[in-house]
Amino acid sequence: MAGTLAEKVWESHVVRRGEGEPDLLYIDLHLLHEVTSPQAFDGLRLSGRPVRRTDLTLATEDHNVPTTPGPITDPVSRTQVETLRRNCEEFGVRLYPMGDAEQGIVHVVGPQLGLTQPGMTIVCGDSHTSTHGAFGALAFGIGTSEVEHVLATQTLPLTPFRTMAITVDGELGPGVTAKDIVLSVIARIGTGGGQGHVLEFRGSAIRALSMEARMTVCNMSIEAGARAGMIAPDETTFAYLEGRDHAPSGADWDAAVEAWRLLRSDDDAVFDEEVVLDAASLTPFVTWGTNPGQGAPLGSAVPDPELMPDENDKAAARRALEYMGLAPGTPLREVPVDTVFLGSCTNGRIEDLRAAAEVVSGRRVAEGVRMLVVPGSARVRLQAESEGLHEVFTAAGAEWRLPGCSMCLGMNPDQLAPGERSASTSNRNFEGRQGKGGRTHLVSPLVAAATAVRGTLSSPSDLDDVTEASA
Amino acid sequence: MDAFTSHTGIGVPLRRSNVDTDQIIPAEFLKRVTRSGFEDGLFAAWRRDETFVLNDPSYAAGSVLVAGPDFGTGSSREHAVWALMNYGFRVVISSRFADIFRGNSGKQGLLTAQCRQDDVELLWKLLENHPGTSVTVDLVSRTVTAGDLVASFEVDDYTRWRLLEGLDDISLTLRHEGLITAYESSRPRWRPTVTA
Repeated sequence: MAGTLAEKVWESHVVRRGEGEPDLLYIDLHLLHEVTSPQAFDGLRLSGRPVRRTDLTLATEDHNVPTTPGPITDPVSRTQVETLRRNCEEFGVRLYPMGDAEQGIVHVVGPQLGLTQPGMTIVCGDSHTSTHGAFGALAFGIGTSEVEHVLATQTLPLTPFRTMAITVDGELGPGVTAKDIVLSVIARIGTGGGQGHVLEFRGSAIRALSMEARMTVCNMSIEAGARAGMIAPDETTFAYLEGRDHAPSGADWDAAVEAWRLLRSDDDAVFDEEVVLDAASLTPFVTWGTNPGQGAPLGSAVPDPELMPDENDKAAARRALEYMGLAPGTPLREVPVDTVFLGSCTNGRIEDLRAAAEVVSGRRVAEGVRMLVVPGSARVRLQAESEGLHEVFTAAGAEWRLPGCSMCLGMNPDQLAPGERSASTSNRNFEGRQGKGGRTHLVSPLVAAATAVRGTLSSPSDLDDVTEASA
Repeated sequence: MDAFTSHTGIGVPLRRSNVDTDQIIPAEFLKRVTRSGFEDGLFAAWRRDETFVLNDPSYAAGSVLVAGPDFGTGSSREHAVWALMNYGFRVVISSRFADIFRGNSGKQGLLTAQCRQDDVELLWKLLENHPGTSVTVDLVSRTVTAGDLVASFEVDDYTRWRLLEGLDDISLTLRHEGLITAYESSRPRWRPTVTA
């Protein structure tokens, strides 16, 4: 029978299948961080169980780490990080701690080390594990009980996911990025639209994306409610992987690529749902509300809840606009921000920093706006510095920080004050996500950079003498 | 995990859709390394508003939360389940749950009863017009009963069985350890390890 990419990866990892029971699936890579693991290690300790495969388990410190030099000052954050260190030492798990050359956001670290490879099953106690699906891996976030389960057994009992094909054909216009694709998809299908599904992104516009851009797309699959996002591996994938620290080499590389080439949905595979988008019709996209589905083209205006047909949408939009302090009909380009955050597992990779640096180069961050640039990992930071990007940002008046999750969720000191408004390249605009009372607009790195310069939500085309109509 | 067969408790109407896990338990409360004590953080931002439903004394002892669609979206934090349970909730009723949240609930013994939105609306009306009304959620018959209202709910057979028996997933899996070992010996040699 014809199969989808997700089904093929699933089938090749079934350890046990029983009538009326979930499949028991083998997990190839388990990533850990300090927030969702302590209670799992505690469970192992209580039941006297070891970590079954320390060689398939990797931990980093990311959520709590400060992005300015110095130790963690918040004692509760420090305890959490110290607990991870103790647990990793006790159970023999490799850890990349703060200050290590390999430290960074868990979803940036895996791919850059070459640990994320096509056809693998990858889990982490973090919903943005979907990022790794960009390589044709089946990667998804799990809860702490499941973290404990994987630590103890290297498997998970799972009920098969449904599949949804999201086909994006055509060519993206100038200034339109992977972030705009995925924000448009979420606005189209809603925050629950992908529920129970693995999204497979395909089509010529997806094929044309770099690996880093593909990671941005898959990263936000969870914001459409999906379990995972996937993109079939191709030459772009292989070129990215070849020569990386943990990629196969020699005869193993050839064998791996041969196997990876088979990882694609069959032409006659049947998806449970299909969605089609025309890349040429997409424009820079921003959110106006308090969930990632509440978005609109930058060139449009804040929508009027009273015109929404669905009662739940209407009530949610009313609440969102009240929280966001926005009036219906306000052009989005006129919304002023206090803060611009460039970073996160969504858009904290080197290409994101390069794109933003190009926009701010030779320009200044607007008066009264602070711009935080937080690389996704220590490697990204070093790479950026070797290219002089840090100087571009600091010359423009932006702050150049140390790697971590930072203001994406404000578990460290990087937070919005109540009422402050940000343009953020992160993934969630939930109430209070970036700090109590903070107001978040999700944007691409290009929009973030242009917004920093102009002080209101903007795209790079607004910085030149380009008329609004052509944007 | 304690077995769950039936629960009767005060129903709490939460008339909001897209209740994400950042609202259920904000990130500032995620720094603890235990599974207990998260009740203070439950809906922390919303509880600062005195008109929020949990601040109404009629619902103070509530244990059955009745929420709008897409409950538990966003972050995978299991702390959301711990916070609900630490506070005293045993059941959440909604017409649609986010997958990770629902999975986490099943592991901890928090029942996520998926009802039709029409029935959720009827429950909301009943609980708002008669605060303090008890709701009975019976996992054996998969029904929710409150006043004259009887509604069915969905939960998958496997989760239901595990909840009814109070079974721990890891012990169940380790019964098949031989199969895990056999699978491991068949994995391609070029799959990466974090050490090599």
